[in-house]
Amino acid sequence: MLKSVRNSGDARTRGRASRRARRVLALPFAALVLSGCTVPGFGASPGDTTSSQSTFHLWQGFSIGAVIVGGLTLALMLWSIVMHRQKGDAIPKQTQYNVPLEIIYTVIPILIVIGLFAATLVVENKVVANPKTDVIVNVNAFQWGWEFLYPGHNAVVYGQTTQSPVMVIPANENVHVNLTSTDVIHGFYVHAFNFSRYALPGVTNQFTFRATNTGTFFGQCTQLCGLYHSYMYFRVKVVSPADYQKWLATFNTPKGEAAAKAAAASLQQQLSTGVPTLPANTKFGR
Amino acid sequence: MTDVLAPTPTQHHDDHHGDEHHGPTGIVKWLTTTDHKIIGLSYTVTSVLMLVIGGFFAEIIRLQLSSPNGSLVSLAQYNELFTMHGSVMIYLFVGPFAFGALANIIVPIQIGAPDMAFPRLNALSYWLYLTGSITMLSGFFTSGGAANFGWVGYAPLSNSLNTPGAGADLWIGGLLLTGFSAIFTGVNLTATIFYLRAPGMTMFRMPIFTWNLLVTGILILLAFPVLTAGLIMLYCDRHFGTHIFSNTGGGVPVLWQHIFWFWGHPEVYILALPMFGMVTEVIAVFSKKPVFGYKGMIFATLTIAALSLGVWAHHMFTTGVVLLPFFSIMSLLIAVPTGIKMFNWIGTMWRGQIWFSTAMLMSLGFLFTFLIGGLTGIYLASPPLDFFTHDTYFVVAHFHSVVMALVLGAMAGLFYWGPKITGYILDERLGKAQFWFLFLGSQVFTFPQYLLGLYGMSRRMAVYPEQPQWQHLNELSTLGALMIGVSTILFVINIGYSWKKYPAGDNPWDAQTLEWFTTSPPPHHNFYRLPQIRSERPTWDYNHPEHRSLEHGTDHVVGAETEAHA
Repeated sequence: MLKSVRNSGDARTRGRASRRARRVLALPFAALVLSGCTVPGFGASPGDTTSSQSTFHLWQGFSIGAVIVGGLTLALMLWSIVMHRQKGDAIPKQTQYNVPLEIIYTVIPILIVIGLFAATLVVENKVVANPKTDVIVNVNAFQWGWEFLYPGHNAVVYGQTTQSPVMVIPANENVHVNLTSTDVIHGFYVHAFNFSRYALPGVTNQFTFRATNTGTFFGQCTQLCGLYHSYMYFRVKVVSPADYQKWLATFNTPKGEAAAKAAAASLQQQLSTGVPTLPANTKFGR
Repeated sequence: MTDVLAPTPTQHHDDHHGDEHHGPTGIVKWLTTTDHKIIGLSYTVTSVLMLVIGGFFAEIIRLQLSSPNGSLVSLAQYNELFTMHGSVMIYLFVGPFAFGALANIIVPIQIGAPDMAFPRLNALSYWLYLTGSITMLSGFFTSGGAANFGWVGYAPLSNSLNTPGAGADLWIGGLLLTGFSAIFTGVNLTATIFYLRAPGMTMFRMPIFTWNLLVTGILILLAFPVLTAGLIMLYCDRHFGTHIFSNTGGGVPVLWQHIFWFWGHPEVYILALPMFGMVTEVIAVFSKKPVFGYKGMIFATLTIAALSLGVWAHHMFTTGVVLLPFFSIMSLLIAVPTGIKMFNWIGTMWRGQIWFSTAMLMSLGFLFTFLIGGLTGIYLASPPLDFFTHDTYFVVAHFHSVVMALVLGAMAGLFYWGPKITGYILDERLGKAQFWFLFLGSQVFTFPQYLLGLYGMSRRMAVYPEQPQWQHLNELSTLGALMIGVSTILFVINIGYSWKKYPAGDNPWDAQTLEWFTTSPPPHHNFYRLPQIRSERPTWDYNHPEHRSLEHGTDHVVGAETEAHA
């Protein structure tokens, strides 16, 4: 890290004054590095899935870059504000162009952007990866609640607003989510997963994650969806694989089977409901 | 000096007698005028009024959020308030202020033109803007209330089933009217800058402000018609049974997002470039130096404009239906020309003689706030980090850093050009007090929001009963919003206090560009005479012929060769 600091310092600043500035600048960075081996989280946390941890590391990388670039820029700004205040009526030298310097401050940002993009690609490929798995949850968002269906099982969880329906999943297994909406656009967001995805009507969005810790995590709708958007909560409960199987089995009663069939049929019905076409009403109707 | 290129008979420029414009006076003059300065002033007053209205909505929103179970407004009212706060600020304040207010007044004078290319179209622009603003705000007086689907109006929430009522239709209608107003202004700016430049005012002798407004005009022409088309489609979906944005009947809800953001991202630069131009002029003048890397800055602006047309889907990373790497790299690349501008501004101050007037302080406040907004924007160009922060307060804080920077830039422009427009300088002490409230308020307002976003607070929530631990950060943010409110009140007080108090003279700041060569306020068709135009700062060259712009480390005058040819 120190090396990159020195490099960008060399590139951006020249002359005697800048050497002085560099010595001043080096101090906080040295302090940062010496203060310990742990890189700060810059306000974020690693989260509880494998991809949330990758995202967190990317966040740290971007933040280190932002602190260095922002710090240097701010230092140059402050240097100028403090050192180049008006002193008397003399007119300063009217320098307008310095082509080598301009090339440097164009090329270095391009290199930084390439680096950031490369890091982004690596993490993005991990986060959007879709490995095969047996644990599948069909998540359906609606105004204003959530429904969790487990295809192949009788388990159905349904809840509106502050009832906070609970999506139960096993730890340390890949969980595949098929996400859709029956009305407007909603947002499936679990803060502990550092992840969100839109629930779109007419589209099935798919993603896979792997929870690393057991526990119950807060989730909510993040995309404005009407009046009770503020209350559209849910919970994700991560349990051990054995507990997960036990939980699934609790639905294996005739009543549970009937409920699962009814829920699937109702969802099918809602997904095929039309929108109003008045006044040019054709076949949907209100 | 030879200073003879005079479109009107040469006379001493303090002499006002030849200037009488024969025509109506008073309110009839204001209603019928086609003078770009009066239209620009109308734009300025109307858009600052919109800033006050939008700011009032913001204060209510912030007060509601200062406790987890806020009960100041109902859920329905809250949805209306943030929708109309965003709509008023983006559609009715920042945009019209950026390309209709100071631009309208200053651009023709900066290039030595007597007026805009199409003065009547210019008047139409203003009246459409005013009508559109009233139309949109009148939603509050309908039985169902104002539009409540967010300023982005995502389908299918904005259809007639989910949002019935006239408020939404008035929102669409108002936005259509202001959209047409913007398109006509884009036509006018582009035509004026291409065709009405004074003799000697080549493209590369145009001030940066004019350059930025040219690029803004072009972006308006490329982006706004798309929004207009989208709004008409939305209206047809609502009332004529089309299925363009519905999920059944062959429609695609996400199409609205594509159309909206295809306008929406260039719009960010339509708002920002004019303020960048204002800040550039102010920093150069109050550092007593030419704009550093003038041509590089213009190419950076053109690059930003070009890239801005190919980044719209970074607003849609979490839809799952866009190509992530393409929109990621395009968005990241915008950081490069933006960084170039940052270094241009610093280079302009470097080894200057900085005069900390209110306008300069506002510009420095812009630099800092925009630096924060720009850096946090880079995170959002990375899809995994966007998945993490999308629709949280991190995003809210990011774009508020950017727009608060633009407000600081707008204030810099008002303090800098106010004397030229009115003939009087605003009080500097009140101005500086306003600056500190606005600048510190902006930071106190946004910084807690960055943290709240990272802690998981999502946008457009009226209450957060399950997370009482967020209350203190929210209170801090509300404090910042109140400080910004105080700054706005100080500005209004300043206008009253300084009314016709401190006469400005023609060139109170020892400024550089052409508008400071004429009187304050300028005569009816702007100039009695023009200086010789040999660079982008003819007034400076006229007043300081021994201090022309130089190449680094040499005594070589920039552009000397082309002058020899002429």
